[in-house]
Amino acid sequence: MLVIEQMDVHYGIIQAIKGISITVNYGEVVSLIGANGAGKTTILRTISGLAKQSGGSITFEGDDITKMAASKRVEAGISHAPEGRRVFPGMSVYENLELGAYLSKDKAKTKKSIEMVFGKFPRLAQREKQMAGTLSGGEQQMLAIGRALMLDPKILLLDEPSMGLAPLLVKEIFNTIKEINSSGTTILLVEQNASQALALADRAYVLETGKIVLSGKGEELLKSDEVRKAYLGG
Amino acid sequence: MDVPRTVFTKRNLVWLAVCLSIYFLVFFLRSYGILGNYHEITIAQICINIMLAVSLNLIVGFTGQFSLGHAGFMSIGAYATSLALRSRPDTIGFLIGITIGSVLALVVGVIIGIPTLRLRGDYLGIATLGMAEIIRVVFLNLKITNGAAGLMGTFRAANWTWLYLLTVMAVLAINNFVNSSHGRACISIREDETASEAMGVNTTAYKIIAFAFGAFFAGAAGGLYSSYFYFIKPDLFGFLKSIDMLVIVVLGGLGSITGTIISAILLSLLTTILQDFSSVRMIVYSVILVIIMLFRPQGLMGTVEISHVIDKFARKDKEDANTVS
Ligand SMILES: Nc1ncnc2c1ncn2[C@@H]1O[C@H](COP(=O)(O)OP(=O)(O)OP(=O)(O)O)[C@@H](O)[C@H]1O
Ligand SMILES: [Mg+2]
Repeated sequence: MLVIEQMDVHYGIIQAIKGISITVNYGEVVSLIGANGAGKTTILRTISGLAKQSGGSITFEGDDITKMAASKRVEAGISHAPEGRRVFPGMSVYENLELGAYLSKDKAKTKKSIEMVFGKFPRLAQREKQMAGTLSGGEQQMLAIGRALMLDPKILLLDEPSMGLAPLLVKEIFNTIKEINSSGTTILLVEQNASQALALADRAYVLETGKIVLSGKGEELLKSDEVRKAYLGG
Repeated sequence: MDVPRTVFTKRNLVWLAVCLSIYFLVFFLRSYGILGNYHEITIAQICINIMLAVSLNLIVGFTGQFSLGHAGFMSIGAYATSLALRSRPDTIGFLIGITIGSVLALVVGVIIGIPTLRLRGDYLGIATLGMAEIIRVVFLNLKITNGAAGLMGTFRAANWTWLYLLTVMAVLAINNFVNSSHGRACISIREDETASEAMGVNTTAYKIIAFAFGAFFAGAAGGLYSSYFYFIKPDLFGFLKSIDMLVIVVLGGLGSITGTIISAILLSLLTTILQDFSSVRMIVYSVILVIIMLFRPQGLMGTVEISHVIDKFARKDKEDANTVS
């Protein structure tokens, strides 16, 4: 469904991504793990069109989207929940979700999608009118994910959804991701929380300073010595 | 869906009635001589300041793009109108001038917005400041604008009717824009540009649209200014003028049109009152600003609008009625 070939990304003269290739198939959960600064966020930003690539290509459902504008990629079904719970702080929960469907002209459908998100995250429903900036960290993360689901995307790019959350909430978020996936949305997940991310993933890639150093089935990587040493603390 | 629509028309009718009453009130007060020419000058200043500040609020308050160059756009409208009135000193000339001036300001807004709106925060402020300076220097050196001496007017086309009409039109247009889905897009840029882009908002385009739209109304305000106050020169449209507008916006509340209008009225009145005490004027003015900002750092209205408040009460009444029944 999503095929990235030989992608290069530069920030000025620094090359953050060095010729990586990643494939995501329909219905999969694919995880990207790696240390801080490895380039995980950069890869997601490049897929959604927020960052520009200097080499290589991205194909989505058979179409070359390498040069496509970010808004067109959203229309095509790529949705990105950026790193660090970027909700719109001065807007209510409801307005945040409405903006998630900004590209849709269908008001009735937007309302339905909001109901769907409230079904997945009942906590958000109770806080419909609350300013997003005053939500707790976990609630903001739910809102960021919910907002990314508003247009019923084909693929969801999640950047560290468990960042800064208490263990119980991490579990809850991972369960939700699993649910979203089983209802048909393909997921590309970036995580620091390697054990959970690998357990959830069908397949995973391990990233080191802009290069892929390992890839394979989630459970296999979970068992591999290299991964255990580097990311799972032995 | 039908209920809000009827409420809407009722509400619009109320607003229309309010607008018309204000118009006729001032109109009659003037024809009975209760408001003299001296008062009309203050009223003109209020109208022009409202237009300038509301259009600047669209850029700074709603879209979150720091601009220090609004006076530059104002001067374009002012010069265009003044020049048009020279070749045709009547109302038609005024309308032609103000239209050309506003459109020209919009075009310049687009041209300047494309390279500068990539900058953020302070950098954008400096860039827009530089832009306004360039416009000022151009007017200073052009022959047709008569350099530093400026232009004398030939015909006062702007009267209370024009002042009021154009101000109401500007406020309505900007208010409608802000409450449309385009306005939502602009506000989302202010709230979080990255998230906004990730939602598929064309952030570059919307920043330019807000900037150009704001420039358009600043141009119109400039046109009103030059046709009402006769005399214009480049010095009137310097850095301090842009700061004046920014002060009104910040004081009223970034992102509140109601707040901007209230603060434009208050500050214009304050300037008029303080005119008689010219030696202490700036001190008193500044002290008042500092005091207000200390007690209302979010501005007089924050991001709240009068219509929100009314809606809230209306909804509450309805809910109360529902719980009773
Ligand atoms: N806007 C930018 N300008 C310059 N360099 C950048 C920019 N964004 C990222 N980088 C650099 O690119 C590299 C990859 O960054 P990226 O944010 O993709 O890492 P990451 O794997 O997501 O890290 P983390 O786990 O800490 O979020 C880093 O060295 C970072 O400093
Ligand atoms: Mg990251």
